[in-house]
Amino acid sequence: MDSTIKKQLGKTAVNVRKGIIEGTFNAKSGHPGGSLSIADLLTYLYSVKMNVNPADPDMKERDRLVLSKGHTAPALYSVLAEKGFFPKDELKSLRHIGALLQGHPCIHIPGVDMSSGSLGQGISVACGMALAGKLDNADYKVYTILGDGEIEEGQVWEAAMFAAHYKLDNLLAVVDNNGLQIDGKISEVCSPEPITDKFAAFGWHVITMDAHDFESIEKAFDEAEKISGKPVVIVQKSVKGKGVSFMEDKCSWHGTAPNKEQYDQAMAELDARLEELK
Amino acid sequence: MADVIKKATRESYGEALKELAEECDKLVVLDADLAEATKTVMFKKAYPERFFDCGIAEANMMGVAAGLAASGKIPFASSFAMFAAGRAFEIVRNSIGYPHLNVKIGATHAGISVGEDGATHQCNEDIALMRTIPGMTIINPADGVEAKAAVKAAAAYEGPVYLRFGRLATPIFNDEATYKFEIGKGIELKSGTDVTIIATGLMVNESVEAAKMLEAEGISARVINIHTIKPLDRDIVCKAAKETGLIITAEEHSVIGGLGSAVAEAVSECCPVPVVKIGVNDEFGHSGPAADLLKEFGLCRENIAEKTKEAVKKFK
Repeated sequence: MDSTIKKQLGKTAVNVRKGIIEGTFNAKSGHPGGSLSIADLLTYLYSVKMNVNPADPDMKERDRLVLSKGHTAPALYSVLAEKGFFPKDELKSLRHIGALLQGHPCIHIPGVDMSSGSLGQGISVACGMALAGKLDNADYKVYTILGDGEIEEGQVWEAAMFAAHYKLDNLLAVVDNNGLQIDGKISEVCSPEPITDKFAAFGWHVITMDAHDFESIEKAFDEAEKISGKPVVIVQKSVKGKGVSFMEDKCSWHGTAPNKEQYDQAMAELDARLEELK
Repeated sequence: MADVIKKATRESYGEALKELAEECDKLVVLDADLAEATKTVMFKKAYPERFFDCGIAEANMMGVAAGLAASGKIPFASSFAMFAAGRAFEIVRNSIGYPHLNVKIGATHAGISVGEDGATHQCNEDIALMRTIPGMTIINPADGVEAKAAVKAAAAYEGPVYLRFGRLATPIFNDEATYKFEIGKGIELKSGTDVTIIATGLMVNESVEAAKMLEAEGISARVINIHTIKPLDRDIVCKAAKETGLIITAEEHSVIGGLGSAVAEAVSECCPVPVVKIGVNDEFGHSGPAADLLKEFGLCRENIAEKTKEAVKKFK
């Protein structure tokens, strides 16, 4: 990967993380942990991969993304704001009464392709979008992001079966494998592991990547590009809360907002990281 | 007496899908391993490239339908009412209802007239469930002619629609040549001044027959067909309440949350008069031939006439 591009992606990802902290702090609620773990992925998708147009959010030939792990909406909103779909100031009224940005993704928000949040449902919707693309011989790709806890939902496996059966190679799912869910470690709550073997058994092409290394991300997506005749899943090894020291790998930051002191510390850490990338 | 032609509304559903396919290239049909029973098989045979079997996975099917609709298609997703409205309820609510996507749910085998399969498959709760979803249109056709017209109207309408069909062949009483269907518009089938019977689905024809029996006994009963339970035609319902002062509702569905509840809710606000509900009481069904079950559960002309007579005596 070109070092300038890598640096630029790094900066954008830090800004996306700042947006996540800004949003959840002002909302006094929300899900920073799982949002931070997909910040690099979303940055890469919206900066490099996806054909989207903030001036025409409903553009017919656009690539689509369904955030199946909808509780990490702050990450999606933050990246969409970075991209210019709506002003960054909207993040400050996340979850407020009358605000544009709902607690979970809503289809009426510019750039959001589907309402989601009830776990396990987004991947099915992504299958439907991919199937429509096949029917229309359209070039667009459909991305969906799932949590590793989310795949405990049975509907995910109904969708996994469907996608392979209909050879939806225009569908790419990413499982955010940060290893934590609300009640604890996924391996201890009701283990969905081994994740890669399960998807492989369902007929998917499986790729793994380091969620916080753009070189690894690029390599994974390059490999995905070459696959035809079957859907692709990328299982990304990630750190919940990545980028904010005191949130990293802590289950308790799944659904807790930072207070003022924590907000200041998180922002200081992220600003310091931005300085490093200058 | 002319021979009565009987046909199941699910049969007309299958026919309508096939007829629509030609003019509507956005139409796609999904099923969950029940195509032979829901009659989407007619479409499947004629347009295999636009038919997708989702296997026995109704939750995913509803999500796939949502994705298709979000990408400009007009999907009809079919299964039995029990699974379409019951099992998949939360997906219908969150993936179809909340984003208000243009998905049509073709739910067959609704009600007790499923017959021999028994209680697990006799869905008497679907209207109640679907009514609670904001923006959901609910249509329960009364015969084959109405069913076909309803499918076509649903396809032309932008937004989620729940279509309810039956397994049992029931009399065709509408004239295909003159019949006009409008979503949300009730139809007065018989005038009357003493009482109004408001019915839906296969209870409509039974209500017309009951009204004839009542006429012979000197009771003038108005009969209204409510094919669209949501949005309810409040005008025709409230007019009936004002003019006849007593309402009987008749539906092949639980008396909790269905047509009877919808009518009572409307009447209590616009013109409070007694509303007597005929439907499946707060109990599960069981196995048996459909015709016997309908009689046993009081979903027949004799019981409608009886209950109406009692109500007239009590309230008028």
